[in-house]
Amino acid sequence: MFPFMPDHAVSLRGLRKSFGSVEAVAGVDLDIADGEFFAMLGPSGSGKTTVLRMIAGFESPTEGSVLLGGREVTRLAPFERDVNTVFQDYALFPHMSVLENVEYGLRVKKIPKRREKALEALESVRLAGMEKRRPGQLSGGQRQRVALARALVNRPRVLLLDEPLGALDLKLREEMQVELKAIQREVGITFLFVTHDQEEALTMSDRVAVFNQGRVEQVGSPSEVYERPASVFVAGFVGTSNLISGEASTAVIGREGTFSIRPEKLRLLGEAEEVPDDQHSATGTVSEVVYAGPATRFVVDLDAGGRLIALQQNQQTSSMDVLGLRGSRVRLAWQRRHEFEIA
Amino acid sequence: MSLKRSAAATLHRHGRLRLSLLLSAPLAWLGIAYLGSLAALFVTAFWTTDSFTGDLVKAFTWDNFRDLVTIDVYRTVALRSVWVAAAVTVIDLIIAFPMAFAMAKLASPRAQRWLVILVLTPLWASYLVKAYAWRVLLSSDGLLGWGYGLGATVLTLSYLWLPYMILPIYAGLERLPDSLLEAAGDLGARGWRTFRTVVWPLAFPAVVAGSIFTFSLSLGDYITVKIVGGKSQLIGNVVYDNIGAANNLPFAAAVATVPVIVMLLYLTAVRRTGALENL
Repeated sequence: MFPFMPDHAVSLRGLRKSFGSVEAVAGVDLDIADGEFFAMLGPSGSGKTTVLRMIAGFESPTEGSVLLGGREVTRLAPFERDVNTVFQDYALFPHMSVLENVEYGLRVKKIPKRREKALEALESVRLAGMEKRRPGQLSGGQRQRVALARALVNRPRVLLLDEPLGALDLKLREEMQVELKAIQREVGITFLFVTHDQEEALTMSDRVAVFNQGRVEQVGSPSEVYERPASVFVAGFVGTSNLISGEASTAVIGREGTFSIRPEKLRLLGEAEEVPDDQHSATGTVSEVVYAGPATRFVVDLDAGGRLIALQQNQQTSSMDVLGLRGSRVRLAWQRRHEFEIA
Repeated sequence: MSLKRSAAATLHRHGRLRLSLLLSAPLAWLGIAYLGSLAALFVTAFWTTDSFTGDLVKAFTWDNFRDLVTIDVYRTVALRSVWVAAAVTVIDLIIAFPMAFAMAKLASPRAQRWLVILVLTPLWASYLVKAYAWRVLLSSDGLLGWGYGLGATVLTLSYLWLPYMILPIYAGLERLPDSLLEAAGDLGARGWRTFRTVVWPLAFPAVVAGSIFTFSLSLGDYITVKIVGGKSQLIGNVVYDNIGAANNLPFAAAVATVPVIVMLLYLTAVRRTGALENL
């Protein structure tokens, strides 16, 4: 067996899952620490949800193992695992009241004082007074919080969240991001959540695993994943892909390779402006200007080949100023420490 | 603007007119053919026949209903019919539920399509062929050789109406999101508990919908019991014999109101479960 640290809430070892001839998960190894807020980020079909479902016990792996708190649970049924899930569609029981939904897990496990515990859980998600309602009478955000309370009231070792905010509108989603994080800090339970929204993953989690085609491309803190992407895929999926490669990299950076520079690190200068020694720069033509309220995105076709996107805050400029820049000649400059070579 | 276009435009603007044009044919069918004949049945039930000439006497009388209630044999037959219909319903439910569950929740989408077709296939065969097939099976020198009687009737009716129980339950379970079953397991419930607390309550309206079919179809049947029932009689036979041999149409009509009333009572009872929205 593998030696494992006792403080790992979840460990995945060589996890694989095939559906017929399709390999949804193609060998995943992960260790998630106790109390961590961990995100599995990736596009749809990247295998992240399948991994979550194997941890919950809804799917059984074709190969590999799942350990919870060091204990092998690979072949155990969902009801034998110390995890609870917040489902993407919330999966609230429509024929039960909010209170009955939250009490369900406690009732099944014959835990005493379940009414008090359920009410407490509802209070912690700010739903006090709603306990008699049916799920059908709640808004999307309220349903989401019932699902959260129903799972958390069982005090699982790990809480699994499957695209928990996917069904909410933008404003509510941003609110819930902050709230989820606060709740996690309060209860101290390991949160493992699946999302395709890179912003959500970056803002909420302690660590992120970026999934692509059934594999983990990179695991790291949000800043590591964002500033030092391990692959071209990660650079493109987390944030805007801004790559200099091939001949352009020889001309601009001075050596061959693939380099990632984040759009907000680029400064937009006049073509003839001088740049200090610790910076690299490249000239080009603005081919597109996208005004987005607080900031503007400039798409610049480089003379050396390729294109870069520069994000500039609209601190001094208005939409009239920036839109007029389409077609003009510019120089993009950035500090060398912000260019990151992708292996 | 051409006449055709202006007619189309008028219809587009007047949704109600469009709807009533669409519904006129089915409504006419329902109103005249179905409700009309039902009304005729009720009216006839209060008439009588001249015992000497056998002609209809179109005068109001309670005699038919009095006979129905006071003569023991009719009460026995009515109760027996209800009992048979209930037994068929229960047997069908016991067979149909696991079948429907396997179809809706366990089978692959491909297998699911095939299973639906397999469940439907018996409905494409003639009722009489199926009833006579059971007669052959059950006859004392047949493959099963269990003989005829009420048991044989229940068995054959259960076979005949099984698809009508499977399909509504299948549709009901199909609508039940898999995530609800997973959520129950996730919260610690084992199979039986998940069934009792989540699957059954949510599928119950569909079960009731299926039972309306099996119960009403069994209650009105008189052919199967003639073929495999031996000497037993059900309410349908009493109706049939009074139309034919006894030539007492008014009494047949009165007897025929019994299943109608039983069904009305049943429907009133199940209306509360929300089953009627599930048909």
